[in-house]
Amino acid sequence: MTAVQEPAAEREIGRERRRKEDQRLITGRTRWTDNLALPGMLHLAMVRSPFAHAKIVSIDTTEAKNATNVVDVVTGADLGEAQGACINAWAITEDQVTPPHLPMPVDRVAFAGEVVAVVVARSAAEARDAAELVDVEYDELPAALDLKHAATDEVLAHPDLGTNKSAFWKFDSAEAGTGGDVDAAIEKARTDGIVIEREYRQQRLIPAFMEPRSVVVDPTGEQITVWSATQVPHILRFAIAATTGVPESKIRVIAPDVGGGFGGKLQQTPEEMIAFAVARRLGRPVKFTETRSESLMTAHHGRDQWQKLTMSAEKDGTVTGLKVELLADLGAYVAIVGGGVPVLGAFMFNSIYKFPAYQFNCQTVLTNKTWTDAYRGAGRPEATFAIERLMDELAAELGEDPIEVRRRNWIDADEFPFTTVAGLEYDSGDYEKATQRAMEMLGYDELRAEQKRRRESGDRVQLGIGVSTFTEMCGLAPSRVLGQLNYGAGGWEHASVRMLATGKVEVVTGASAHGQGHETAFSQIVADRLGVPFEDVEVLHGDTQVAPKGLDTYGSRSLVVGGEALVKAVDKVIDKARPLAAHLLEASADDLEYAGGRFGVRGTDQGITIQELATAAFAAHSYPEDMEPSLDADATYDPVNFNYPHGTHLCAVEVDTETGQVSMRKYACCDDIGNIINPLIVAGQVHGGLVQGIAQALWEEAVYDDAGTLVSGSFTDYLLPTAADTISFDIDHTTSPSLTNTLGTKGVGEAGTIASTPAVVNAVVDAVRHLGIDDITMPCTPERVWRAIQGVAGGGATEGAAMPHFDSSTGMEGTVDRTTGGAQ
Amino acid sequence: MTRISLTVDGARVADDVEPRMLLVQYLRERLGKTGTVIGCDTSNCGACTVHLDGESVKSCNVLAVQADGCEVTTIEGLAQDGELHPVQEAFRECHGLQCGFCTPGMVMQSVALLKENPQPSEEEIRLGLEGNLCRCTGYHNIVRAVQHAAGVSTGSTSEEQEQGVTA
Ligand code: FES
Ligand code: FES
Repeated sequence: MTAVQEPAAEREIGRERRRKEDQRLITGRTRWTDNLALPGMLHLAMVRSPFAHAKIVSIDTTEAKNATNVVDVVTGADLGEAQGACINAWAITEDQVTPPHLPMPVDRVAFAGEVVAVVVARSAAEARDAAELVDVEYDELPAALDLKHAATDEVLAHPDLGTNKSAFWKFDSAEAGTGGDVDAAIEKARTDGIVIEREYRQQRLIPAFMEPRSVVVDPTGEQITVWSATQVPHILRFAIAATTGVPESKIRVIAPDVGGGFGGKLQQTPEEMIAFAVARRLGRPVKFTETRSESLMTAHHGRDQWQKLTMSAEKDGTVTGLKVELLADLGAYVAIVGGGVPVLGAFMFNSIYKFPAYQFNCQTVLTNKTWTDAYRGAGRPEATFAIERLMDELAAELGEDPIEVRRRNWIDADEFPFTTVAGLEYDSGDYEKATQRAMEMLGYDELRAEQKRRRESGDRVQLGIGVSTFTEMCGLAPSRVLGQLNYGAGGWEHASVRMLATGKVEVVTGASAHGQGHETAFSQIVADRLGVPFEDVEVLHGDTQVAPKGLDTYGSRSLVVGGEALVKAVDKVIDKARPLAAHLLEASADDLEYAGGRFGVRGTDQGITIQELATAAFAAHSYPEDMEPSLDADATYDPVNFNYPHGTHLCAVEVDTETGQVSMRKYACCDDIGNIINPLIVAGQVHGGLVQGIAQALWEEAVYDDAGTLVSGSFTDYLLPTAADTISFDIDHTTSPSLTNTLGTKGVGEAGTIASTPAVVNAVVDAVRHLGIDDITMPCTPERVWRAIQGVAGGGATEGAAMPHFDSSTGMEGTVDRTTGGAQ
Repeated sequence: MTRISLTVDGARVADDVEPRMLLVQYLRERLGKTGTVIGCDTSNCGACTVHLDGESVKSCNVLAVQADGCEVTTIEGLAQDGELHPVQEAFRECHGLQCGFCTPGMVMQSVALLKENPQPSEEEIRLGLEGNLCRCTGYHNIVRAVQHAAGVSTGSTSEEQEQGVTA
């Protein structure tokens, strides 16, 4: 027992710790799923439909089966019920129309890229070669492609269902008792106020994580082990068990190193299910790793909405009502979150404002395109885009500065906690302070002066300044709220703290990181709370056998929900250790105080550290009779509320009015995310989020041709920004600690993406507004901007790829891209 | 099958390979050099970047047989005697990676870039990394990392502000 311990080191929380996980990542000692090889492992290649909608007439596998080193060729019919099903966890209405989703359909394909057969061979190359030999006869059916057209039910994505309309979800503040009647507000404004009516397009995006999805299934041994490049190992295990009948206890899912997700790996995929079924069928380990083309074509897409918006205001710009009518494209199936994505946005269209009346209507629609689901922000970027574009339109209508109009309508700092018209209780925030800081950073007033000069001189290059003030609900989610929304699971998170004999600490979390830096940030939390060195904490996650309970990582939940579970578990460890400390120190438990990882006897220099107690508990030679010899503890934390980060994002762009070229001049943002655990990690989350949001504004779009083939199906055509397309950012924070968790933290993973898209589009429109332009459809390509300037409203539809900037002549084609040449 | 012999990360290796085998497949599947990864099938992402006789190449765009007689350095051979290469160190120092999937390629490309131009401007760094995609970092901290490795003071206002954060 030490008498006196070193004085407590610098507080870990708030420190710019370099990441623990980096050492292996920068030296190539990584364990991506595709790196795994097992003895006797076989490789899979998928045979995919080239048609958006077709009957499968016949599948002839004879030739493929005879190819060199091919072990088997399997169809949906061969697998039968063993293939399980892909689930939708969130029927947003009781009567939601949900087409059955088999991993490998037997009689009909509903989008281009859907798997119809799988080839199993000794090498990946041989499997791919043989996939070319599978002869599938299709009978093409008319495809429902365009979202608005699909909503008319003229062509059906699934003829058996009789409709493409999956679910209609509505929130009305008058009905809910949270506000007034929106139609009355709009009617009133038509006579003596201002009505802004707009329709905006949220184009379809592709999450495009850098690591293609990969899955390895090993059916040997008592448990069937699944390694997958997934965000959601626990949810995947549940879904496999629930749909195949294999007991959950016989399945172990491991998410090893996972190379990005952004919502794109929040799915139970057909490929995972097929690999699971084939491995069981053959009794041998199998691996499937998708090509990039397969990934872009078949991993779920995001966004894809039409937004019809009506806003009413008094003549002075005080908003009196907002009505939202959405059409949301689900694609061919209702994915795991599916129609829940637009519903997550339903509570956010009113954003930071005090609107007295609000109504949200959303119709989800099935089409014959790739299914859509969560992509960074999930519902909230769409909502923020709509409202922030509208606030700029209102400002333009009034001839006022867009910040002034927002200020007139936003919730003031002294009004928190504030119950919004959508029924949420915002706990804390200070919109004025964040806005002031962002304006300073951007040099708002100087840029406005420059803008004026350029306009007056008729400069060929015009300057635009875009404003976006945002809030979001994150930390998914209070389980009771999810229950009310008919979501199929809860929103709690689990953690355990294991005190090892050597005094080291193992922390197990049910969150599953794929780049977020949990190992570092969680170590900081535990080091501070428990009073042990940062280096002595090891964070374990992403394996259902190591972390048996968890709900994984998405919706900016890991820190605010998972971190809170950690705090609770640590506190239990300290509570359990107290009687042991008293026993060993021969003191009364009441006389002990815990600080810096040590129990000290008040008024003496006697004490014992928690790490020494861990050793003592392990030896168990002497402990109180009413105690078990262990300090380990578990905690499951169910959040009581969401939390509401907010911020002000300002963007300055230059628009060349002769070419339509948009160049970003400066981007400044001030986010209030409550207390910060690690500023370095937070900055990284903001930067990355910004670029994804900016990319939606300027570059990215998943484009289909008239036959339902994805045109932007490779990195040659889907325009992911490069270092050369982007700039450095000015970021800062104000701090209004969250009151809904003990750490005072708010989510940050999605903030940049949610806020930046409208900031950029507002800037582009602002640059050319004096030319009579009030909207440009995303992505704001030079062609669209140029067309808008030439007087073609909205810049017209995208033809072919949105804006290919790689030279397609240099590329090799995808190796098993069945959408091209597979149609014969 | 064609016989090739080459040096990879300082070790002499020889194998019979199919003529169509890509260098990246040879590294990963035959040598177990899984630090080098594959992110696309159109030579756009740069995740597979290695050095071939000191020049950076996308190893998915080189056949294994073309590397016959050459010297290949991958991310796994960059650290010497347990000492990280300054560019690796800089990526950690500046938080130039999140998921880390693009990192092997980014680091190898950055090393090559700095070899050619030891004092690059921000613009030159951004252009020099144009062939490498990253979906996580927004490139901001990757650019900082390359500046850091070059010994250039980043002098960024944002960095000062980030450090001024009170938590
Ligand atoms: S794997 Fe993408 S460029 Fe080589
Ligand atoms: S760190 Fe994830 S792709 Fe670059």
